[in-house]
Amino acid sequence: MNDLLTRRQVVTGLGLLGLGLLTGCDGSTTALDFKYGKDLSNKIMGRTFKLTDTQGEVKTLSSYRGLMPVVFFGFTQCPSVCPTALARAVQAKKLMGEDGKTMQVIFITVDPERDTPEILDAYVKQFDPSFVALRGTLEQTQAVAKEFGVFYEKVPVGDTYTMSHTATSFVFDSRGNLRLGLSPSLSAKQCAEDLLTVMEVC
Amino acid sequence: MTALFSKTARILLASLLAGCSLSAIAQTKVEDAWVRTSVPGQPSSGAFMRVTADSDSKLLSVSSPAARDVQIHEMSMTNDVMRMGPVDSVALPAGKTVSLDPDGYHVMLMGLVKQIKEGDQVPLTLTVENDKGVRETIEVQAPARAMMEKMDMGHDHGAMK
Repeated sequence: MNDLLTRRQVVTGLGLLGLGLLTGCDGSTTALDFKYGKDLSNKIMGRTFKLTDTQGEVKTLSSYRGLMPVVFFGFTQCPSVCPTALARAVQAKKLMGEDGKTMQVIFITVDPERDTPEILDAYVKQFDPSFVALRGTLEQTQAVAKEFGVFYEKVPVGDTYTMSHTATSFVFDSRGNLRLGLSPSLSAKQCAEDLLTVMEVC
Repeated sequence: MTALFSKTARILLASLLAGCSLSAIAQTKVEDAWVRTSVPGQPSSGAFMRVTADSDSKLLSVSSPAARDVQIHEMSMTNDVMRMGPVDSVALPAGKTVSLDPDGYHVMLMGLVKQIKEGDQVPLTLTVENDKGVRETIEVQAPARAMMEKMDMGHDHGAMK
């Protein structure tokens, strides 16, 4: 019931755009036919996380109801796969045109010790002002990674460390059902096509 | 032959203009070096380039005044898990262009002295050793580019009108 109320608030906030989307929403989580990505419609993952955004507000998956959350795990000192995935998301969003506005990129840091809210905020916003970053304590980070089946570990280098981590982008529909896993090997165009498929159902 | 000569001359000229130090026995060519810009407070960034040695060699190390520690790392992807780790050296087979790019080997600038901003020129010194044990150092000035630059040059660009 609580969820419903939250959702109603979000929908009201989104106005006509949100209502338009809901009309095509059948609420089922039957498997979807993606061209490039992996269908995750029957996976129960990533539903209960509770993390803090860069403004200090606590966020859960339901904070993004009515939008299409695209969750990516990474760290700001990541030289390759993280900036590539975020830049790809920017490009996919552009390719989707008006529909792209529903996409909400959520960057979850696996390096909360070094990724301060300030660094995280500047980092994601340089890609797109709409992108958000979430951060937890070490325990919360462990829990959210486990919930998504995400692997990460520190790799010591000299007196510091770099990190290895899962580089999949996890896509939820506007009702908060996990739908799609996008591999880092896919292009922006391939991602955009599959993201539009997610939007068709909900 | 003339065409070949003028191409070589152009490369030499371009290298000189780019601030490369070229000795008469230069054996390793470094092209398209760039460094990713950082955001305030971000302690590290990456440097990328293409390296071609004319005899079997290896890239031993890279140094830069822009960072306290510079290392060569290798990124690999298995089942969508990105793994990162330092390597001792990078093999440079004779005549083969080895790309240090975001998808493989790359140079990590760790402990940045200051923020790297768009348009900065970051000095990098590469140490290369050939199969006879002769060491060579190559200095390049790598321009700093924003995060999006690489994608902007992508093939999808034409479709985004």
